[in-house]
Amino acid sequence: MSYQHHSVTLDKGKCVGCTNCLKRCPTEAIRVHGGKAHILDEHCIDCGECIRVCQHHAKVAVTDPLATIGRFPYKIALPAPALYGQFKQLMEINAVARALKSMGFDEVFDVARGADVVSLAVQERLKDPSCPKPLISSSCPAVLRLIQSRFPELIDNVVNVRSPMEVAAAEARMSFAKRNGVDPKDVGCFFITPCAAKMSAIRYPIGHGKSAVDGAISIMEVYGLISSNLRIPPPLPERGEFAATSFGIGWARVGGEATAAEVDDALGVDGIDNVIRVLEEIENNRLRDLVFFEGLACIGGCVGGPLAFENGFIAKSRIHELLKRLPEDKPADVVSASEMEALKGHLYFDKSIEPISGMSLDPDLHVAIKKMEQIEEICDRLPGLDCGSCGSPSCRALAEDIVMGFASENDCLFVLKDRLKEMAKQMVVLSESNRI
Amino acid sequence: MNDSTIYREIYPVEAGNFTSAGEVSQGIKRTLKKLGVDSFVVRHVSVAAYEVELNLVIHSEGGTIELIIDEDCLRLNVQDVGPGIPDVALAMKEGYSTASDDVRNMGFGAGMGLPNMKRNATNFRIQSEVGVGTRIEMEFLL
Repeated sequence: MSYQHHSVTLDKGKCVGCTNCLKRCPTEAIRVHGGKAHILDEHCIDCGECIRVCQHHAKVAVTDPLATIGRFPYKIALPAPALYGQFKQLMEINAVARALKSMGFDEVFDVARGADVVSLAVQERLKDPSCPKPLISSSCPAVLRLIQSRFPELIDNVVNVRSPMEVAAAEARMSFAKRNGVDPKDVGCFFITPCAAKMSAIRYPIGHGKSAVDGAISIMEVYGLISSNLRIPPPLPERGEFAATSFGIGWARVGGEATAAEVDDALGVDGIDNVIRVLEEIENNRLRDLVFFEGLACIGGCVGGPLAFENGFIAKSRIHELLKRLPEDKPADVVSASEMEALKGHLYFDKSIEPISGMSLDPDLHVAIKKMEQIEEICDRLPGLDCGSCGSPSCRALAEDIVMGFASENDCLFVLKDRLKEMAKQMVVLSESNRI
Repeated sequence: MNDSTIYREIYPVEAGNFTSAGEVSQGIKRTLKKLGVDSFVVRHVSVAAYEVELNLVIHSEGGTIELIIDEDCLRLNVQDVGPGIPDVALAMKEGYSTASDDVRNMGFGAGMGLPNMKRNATNFRIQSEVGVGTRIEMEFLL
């Protein structure tokens, strides 16, 4: 896999070449060269940390503009559960559906309903005695990418179920086409997203073929339109046949999936650095009794996504309040066995998840060892300050970049200064010398 | 010493230091991933290295873990200075542990360390002398 599409990209005009994103990238996927940041495709997992830390707004997530829905005769909006945490005094979630319809969508299908279906599929998987422990959630695309590149030995622990977004799109399209007697190809499904990684997950799905989703529209883009529509008094549309449960909507924040899947020995971890630390523990076999691991790249879970408008903590508490007002139905109470059966072809992975060998220095062990020794030697000559001024995130990363042929020792300002000092001394000697 | 050795690195482990516990095995894991060692092998070595590192932190008075890569296998040679193990056969039993309550309260000392090492390594050898120390040699086929 040489080229990877990423939804996180750089707006070159705005980048000033500072070290903020460089130092905060959890997978060391950024280098600064020629005064501009560059993203290393094979290391980037689309977590969106750089979008959050860039004060110049030079890191952006590519999403689709609202106007793209016009490509399809029929348009369905798929709101992420996190959307319901964005608005002050949202009493009825149907109000969001009405607002989305006012923007040109023919129908609104809750991704939370897809989450209800996925929760049941995860429950089923856990009943299988051959199920690996801990089973790892497949819902966060950034965490999936992380596992592919940094924890390939945990790939077999990932649950073989597609994301709620995929399941919701498939079900929405099928149902709409059937009810209205139209060609499914004429139905466009658009995810309303808080997430930077979903766009890549749509274009380059992990674990299955073509995505059922046609595009992703950032919450940031529709926030204002929804907000103003919410002020219009009722009537509101009915919640309809595919209303999501509070458990499905609970997926908006960390722990929601484990609760919905009714797993007792589950661990929900949010924030990409925390996820990395706990995956290390799982890799070391320290969490032997753990049955289910839910790792979400953003703090708080999807409510903390970089494309959400509202502060993640506020959104999380709103979701908490909203759930209390919803009926107590569980996913199994609303999703029938025949619905699960009808979705079978859209619910499970049909491709294996491939490891991404971004970490290895060379395919040949001997060459890799040689490079490793060179890296150690260079590291010893570098100051160990990890200042980032060279354009690599740490001294060790610079040493690696040098050995891999992407940088030179003179990129280190301290090495350069020492060398110049030495040169200056020799120039003095030269100037004082009487002989030509 | 072995003619086919292509890589060797010695890591010291400090006794009783829980702040840095796990760093050596993490370093070993990182090195193996950088070297492109098969992920199945990395997983087994990681688990065994972590268990042995924690054993050194908890039970020994300090020691070293040596990582050796040969043409066809990978080895972890572990040597500690310490009290030694009076009954090795008993120590190898699952669930047997001499760890203190303090250590157990930290989530360690479940008596799975040595059995886990043995399970993850292709070959496992242990020698211990009371009052001197313990030597563990583990081999993992590449």
